[in-house]
Amino acid sequence: MALDRRLVYHFDWTLFIMTLGLAGLGLLSVLSASWGGPKHALDPLVVRQLLWIGVGTAMMTAAAFFDYRALASYAYPFYVLTVGLLTVVMVAGHVTGGSRRWLNLGVLRLEPSELAKLALVLVMVRYLREEPPRGGWSFRQMIIPAVLVGVPLALVLKQPDLGTGIILALVTATLVFAGGLNGRVLVVAMLAAALAAPVGWHYLKPYQKQRLVSFLNPQSDPLGAGYHIIQSEIAIGAGGAWGKGFLKGTQARLNFLPEQTTDFIFSVFAEEFGFAGSILLMALYAGVIARGIWIARHARDRFGQLLALGLTAIVFWQVAINIGMASGVLPVVGIPLPLVSYGGSSLIAMMAAMGVMISINTRRYLF
Amino acid sequence: MARWRYHKSSKQTRAIPRIEPRIAILSVLIASALAVLTVRLYYLQIIRHKEFVELADRNRIRIHRLPALRGLVFDVHHRPLVDTRPSFDAEMVPEDVRNTKQTVARLENFLGEDNVAAKLTQAEDEGRPPFDPVTVEEHLDWQQVVALETHQLQLPGVSLEVMPQRHYIYGPLAAHLLGYVGEVAEGDLRHAGNYRMGDEIGKFGLERVFESQLRGQAGGQEIEVDSVGRRLKLLREIPEVPGQSVVLSLDLDLQQAAERAMGNRSGALVAIDPNTGFILAMVSHPTFDPNIFANGITSAQWRGLTTDPAHPLTDRVIQGTYPPGSTFKLIDAIAALEDHTLTPETTYFCPGGLYYGNREYHCWRKQGHGTISVHRAIVSSCDVFFYQVGIHLGIDRLAQWARMLGLGEKSGIDLDNERAGVMPSSLWKEKRFHQRWYPAETLSVAIGQGYVAATPLQMAMVAAEIANGGTRYKPQFVKEEEALDGSVIKRFPPIVERRIPLDPAVLDIVRSAMCDVVNGAGGTGHAAHLDNITVCGKTGTSQVVKEAGNGRIPEDKEPLKYRDHGWFVAYAPSEHPQIAVACVIEHGGHGGSSAGPVVHDVMQKFFELYPPPGSKPAVPGNGAPQAAPSPAHESPPGGSIARRED
Repeated sequence: MALDRRLVYHFDWTLFIMTLGLAGLGLLSVLSASWGGPKHALDPLVVRQLLWIGVGTAMMTAAAFFDYRALASYAYPFYVLTVGLLTVVMVAGHVTGGSRRWLNLGVLRLEPSELAKLALVLVMVRYLREEPPRGGWSFRQMIIPAVLVGVPLALVLKQPDLGTGIILALVTATLVFAGGLNGRVLVVAMLAAALAAPVGWHYLKPYQKQRLVSFLNPQSDPLGAGYHIIQSEIAIGAGGAWGKGFLKGTQARLNFLPEQTTDFIFSVFAEEFGFAGSILLMALYAGVIARGIWIARHARDRFGQLLALGLTAIVFWQVAINIGMASGVLPVVGIPLPLVSYGGSSLIAMMAAMGVMISINTRRYLF
Repeated sequence: MARWRYHKSSKQTRAIPRIEPRIAILSVLIASALAVLTVRLYYLQIIRHKEFVELADRNRIRIHRLPALRGLVFDVHHRPLVDTRPSFDAEMVPEDVRNTKQTVARLENFLGEDNVAAKLTQAEDEGRPPFDPVTVEEHLDWQQVVALETHQLQLPGVSLEVMPQRHYIYGPLAAHLLGYVGEVAEGDLRHAGNYRMGDEIGKFGLERVFESQLRGQAGGQEIEVDSVGRRLKLLREIPEVPGQSVVLSLDLDLQQAAERAMGNRSGALVAIDPNTGFILAMVSHPTFDPNIFANGITSAQWRGLTTDPAHPLTDRVIQGTYPPGSTFKLIDAIAALEDHTLTPETTYFCPGGLYYGNREYHCWRKQGHGTISVHRAIVSSCDVFFYQVGIHLGIDRLAQWARMLGLGEKSGIDLDNERAGVMPSSLWKEKRFHQRWYPAETLSVAIGQGYVAATPLQMAMVAAEIANGGTRYKPQFVKEEEALDGSVIKRFPPIVERRIPLDPAVLDIVRSAMCDVVNGAGGTGHAAHLDNITVCGKTGTSQVVKEAGNGRIPEDKEPLKYRDHGWFVAYAPSEHPQIAVACVIEHGGHGGSSAGPVVHDVMQKFFELYPPPGSKPAVPGNGAPQAAPSPAHESPPGGSIARRED
């Protein structure tokens, strides 16, 4: 198929470069978090991350030139596939740190919950692309979306992966809100969520409860559950205005930070690059998110609008919760920092999502 | 915009919700959330930066104190008496331990102890600063060291600490002089600067008095550790400065001979150089092993030492005050001869006792000594003669001379808690008891009983003063302070406290009598006789219980605690004296038979080690030195000895 020259002409370089910028900063952070000193060999983690960035860039480029409208027809199959994978994980998943999250596929370990975010957005947008009725989506019309989110949500919570569960719920809520939920239903849903919180507490795992308690008062148990919060704050704070310098952070290098290549990668970055680095990172995220919202506003069809918004929501919520957690304003939940944290599934999925956004942006000139 | 116009044109009150306003709402929410995060980061990284830098450093940097190597202690010939050896402590930084319960259980298992948890709790109760290690077990044996070393990875936060440990090579030898070290107490911390909890400090004896010289300066290391407390690298090091070594005047061989000679009897012996005041040997028995303090004394051991009725921690040489008994007669004789209430020709008749007031005062020899002069009175230790001397001299003049010779006064030796003893006078009794002096009390004092009490060191100094012609030296036991490389930092010259104005003629009388005490006929101190050296001495027997009238029980039937203390003071050789000794054997009975042999052994060893110049190997028969044509001003003429030997 011959490429439409307009696709090249209107290619969204801004988003493309910001995405690669974030992935680059992520690579630096992963290198730093796994750095063993000049005499040690480079951690294979870094090489793999570089490889994922390459694959991700290819995926992003491919997605950018793929007509996003065709995705609507793949939404349900993709969704079914993802739910299937989540079910397989339940049975045959690879257990790390007490959770069953990965599928071992020989060369790579797939984390289906990362795909589930995309699949859910896709299927949700596919449902919501219909014009809502007057007054907005009624309660009864929300039953199908509820089931659509409920199945993967239940599966990831079972792993247990509270972080992904929260993201699925928040992204769905964002889409349903933007997609035209009835105002009254919205209020009732929020009230119901507030009331359901104590019930939800009951279903949390003990370690999850512990994290919430220690979030409210980290000093109550500084070496137990509060340890991660305190060490992460120390790392960020010790960075100061300009940071300790690349590879010079002590908190990460001496293993004071937990999960420092994934959930707490931000602390590693902030210790070494300081507030200046944090601002740069925040600006890149703000740029990506702003670009995503801009694309949502300017997309040619409702499907494109909601799709751009849903993918942006994934980025935003993950950034907000991850950095909020690392800096001690939110409780500890395991959520990767999009495009920055180590992990092939997350990185490739996010870069593909960015590619879809570019596709949406580019194609508003085509029809 | 036009695309969505039909929404606006809807005539229904209930419009179809449009995406844009909702995206706008979401945008505001998103922008606020990102703003909140940025403010939070500003707060952490800019406002609280300093605080977190400190926390990060405290995370990774451990200040590790390097205790200075304590100075060594040598004897006079540079043989080490006290050194320092490595000892291993197990330390734990609770902050570095994730699973305390498990680690404590493992640690207790490897150490074979069950008090690790209790020690951690105690440290917390005492207000341990965060990241300060807790010493969970001190002075590990090799098995424990190996167990911890091999299981180090199972014990995050636990480390082995090499600590220098004071080691007293000869155990209890000269323990009271050398003293001991212990962990610094809170009281010490308050008034001694620059000490930290857990530091070693001299607590007793030389270790305490020379603490500032021996101690040195602790150094420190800044060590980077990882999150489980494993040491990664040294960031900065301030080297420790080892303490100065101390060379004593003590002679190890002589000290060992003296300890051996004392055996397991209670008492004290001190030998000094009469020409310098340096201490050659110093024994106080019963003794203790200072190593138990270095090992971390247990409360049971400490209780045992402090409540032992034999008081092993008391340095009897300077803290034991005993009635000097007949050794005091030397002082009587000097005082009375100097005072001219006695001349060498004065004689008194001894019928075996003396009625004074309404009471009879016995001589130790019931059949009496007959008519005797001062020489024979000293040689045979006649009590009645010295009762008379005392009566004619009077207590106050006696006290004046006795104090000049050093009784009732601290010698000034550099050891703590020296006691001055008592030399009574009428003024003293007035002050002490608000009573006047009864002349009869002078009789008791004259034979070294009653109120008078002296330490062995004081009596050794009296012997030294007689030997050297009346020079009173400050008794010292440290000759040099030297650096680790052996260079001398400070020498301690002899210190003359005062020169006692003694008439050489008077001294000659006393010396010649002392010579005959050991070597002459009827002398009470033959036990100290040496074949090739003229030893001069005086025996003493001091009563423990006040003599009750006439009824003296035969000595060997008395219970031990009522038996008399045996004294012997001596110097040798008679010409150019080189050693002066005083010895007390508690409850030893007669000084001649209890303390005499001890002094003999010490003298013999001393002259074995330091044969006097021109001395000849022992020849059969007594009085070899006398046969030599030496300036005989100090010794009696050989003929008189021969006569008395008949």
